[in-house]
Amino acid sequence: MGGRLFRDFSFFSATLAFFLLIGIFAVLFTYAQESMHTFGFDFLYTEIWEPGEDDEGGIFGGYIPIVGTLMSTLIAMVIATPLAMGIAIFLTEIAHEKIVKPFSVAIELLAAIPSIIYGMWGLFYFAPIVQSLFGGNGVGLLTAGIVLAIMVIPFMAAITRDSMNTTPDVLKESAYAIGATKFEVIKDVIMPYSKGGIIGSIILSLGRALGETMAVAFLVGSVMSVAGRVTDPTTSIPVLLANNFAEAQDLELSSMYFLALILFVVSFIVIASAKIYFLGRKK
Amino acid sequence: MHRLLLNKVVLILSTISALIGIGFLFWILITLSCKGIASIHLETFTKDLVEGGIRNLIVGQFMMALIATAVAVPLGVLAGIYLREYGEGSKFASVTRTLSDVMTSAPSIVIGVFVFALLVDPVGSFNGYAGIVALAIMMLPIIIGTTDNMLALVPKELREAGIALGGSKHKIILQIVLKAAKVGVTTGILLSFARIIGETAPLLFTSANNQFFTMDLGDQFPSLTVSIYNLATYPDAESRELAWAASFILTMIVLLINLAGRYFTRNKH
Repeated sequence: MGGRLFRDFSFFSATLAFFLLIGIFAVLFTYAQESMHTFGFDFLYTEIWEPGEDDEGGIFGGYIPIVGTLMSTLIAMVIATPLAMGIAIFLTEIAHEKIVKPFSVAIELLAAIPSIIYGMWGLFYFAPIVQSLFGGNGVGLLTAGIVLAIMVIPFMAAITRDSMNTTPDVLKESAYAIGATKFEVIKDVIMPYSKGGIIGSIILSLGRALGETMAVAFLVGSVMSVAGRVTDPTTSIPVLLANNFAEAQDLELSSMYFLALILFVVSFIVIASAKIYFLGRKK
Repeated sequence: MHRLLLNKVVLILSTISALIGIGFLFWILITLSCKGIASIHLETFTKDLVEGGIRNLIVGQFMMALIATAVAVPLGVLAGIYLREYGEGSKFASVTRTLSDVMTSAPSIVIGVFVFALLVDPVGSFNGYAGIVALAIMMLPIIIGTTDNMLALVPKELREAGIALGGSKHKIILQIVLKAAKVGVTTGILLSFARIIGETAPLLFTSANNQFFTMDLGDQFPSLTVSIYNLATYPDAESRELAWAASFILTMIVLLINLAGRYFTRNKH
């Protein structure tokens, strides 16, 4: 009897997990209907975000936050990828056994720091440095992109390290035996062997960067305009939601749900492709 | 010569990237400690936000995270058990496993939006329950994932031994398999707790914030993270100091729980 009950409870829990993602999609889709019907696909390339008079109607387009999200993510990935690869190579091939462990723990702690702390630190300590080096007023795409990079580096480095570690020693040793340098072993043996895992880690980090909210909210400037230069302030989908979602009404609120839906679907595609095609599934 | 030079350059660049990574960790921790410790007084812990302290914020954050854990852990462990022990090989289990895996990286702000639509919009006001549900939703897929993976590490022979002794399936799972995976599952729970206790985005428009001490989950609910976001943007020096104090305390809590989780697994191996 107890066995039956236990089985049913665990089946119920698994069903809940199954419907969670579908439920989120359904709810966002439903609440975004008003905006979808009013603006259709024009929503994606309309640069205007203006409530109408007396809160009636208004024009809402997602172009500015969508471009801001993509640009800050792009900057983050350009900076994070080479550094994360370097860290992974250092941890698997260069570092002495004794320092690998503490170094790995330190990198993983960097990943554990809450994103709001990155935002706060970035605003008061990092933004002034970016300002003095590149001009602008400190907050903007570039600052957000760099701090976003610092946040995804440990994550990317950890997955890359794990997949580099799966390269069999025999393969590496045979390359060394014919006189290959360390770099050649990395380039011609380890990289090809762990290619899937490395690409997967980059795409997965990209997925994380797209949805990152708090650090970007502090640093991107939260201004509803397209950034002409990289140091200009702009906004992103998560930041717009964080700052304005709670006060929005009617069509504006529905447009916010529309943006949330776009972010959710894009993240889903990015993350799912990384997990299914590149990282494989753990047995 | 060219090959050897290239080799040197790459190795040096890799070492430099590792130093940059560590450099940022120390830079953040040191500025946080200096600013944080300088801003902490005894009253910081004894007064609530209205009077310039963070007592209600710490209590609120822990209360929401702990209740969310109490909700998510049984559901997550049971779902993990189903995926590994009952559903193994079925289409439903493999699809659920993938969806849940994707959910672990889903944008946390979207979960806030989802819970707002379900639990705040219909009621008409922010409330602590909504914050708890948002945190539990963040935690659930992480716990399912670790339980699933840890159960997979338990050798098949243990289960077979249980069957040979005539144990029923659920007894084998609970008394043999889950016991063998205990350390891994506990560590997973601890690490996911460390993750949700530092979350801000899912709380912004679910529990929102409260300046006063409250235990009433039907009311707007105080939290460290949302307060840091609000305080840091105020222009006055006192608010900023309080934000640094709160940031320091929050980071210490998160890092200590993380280190504790790592310590557990280290003893095992």
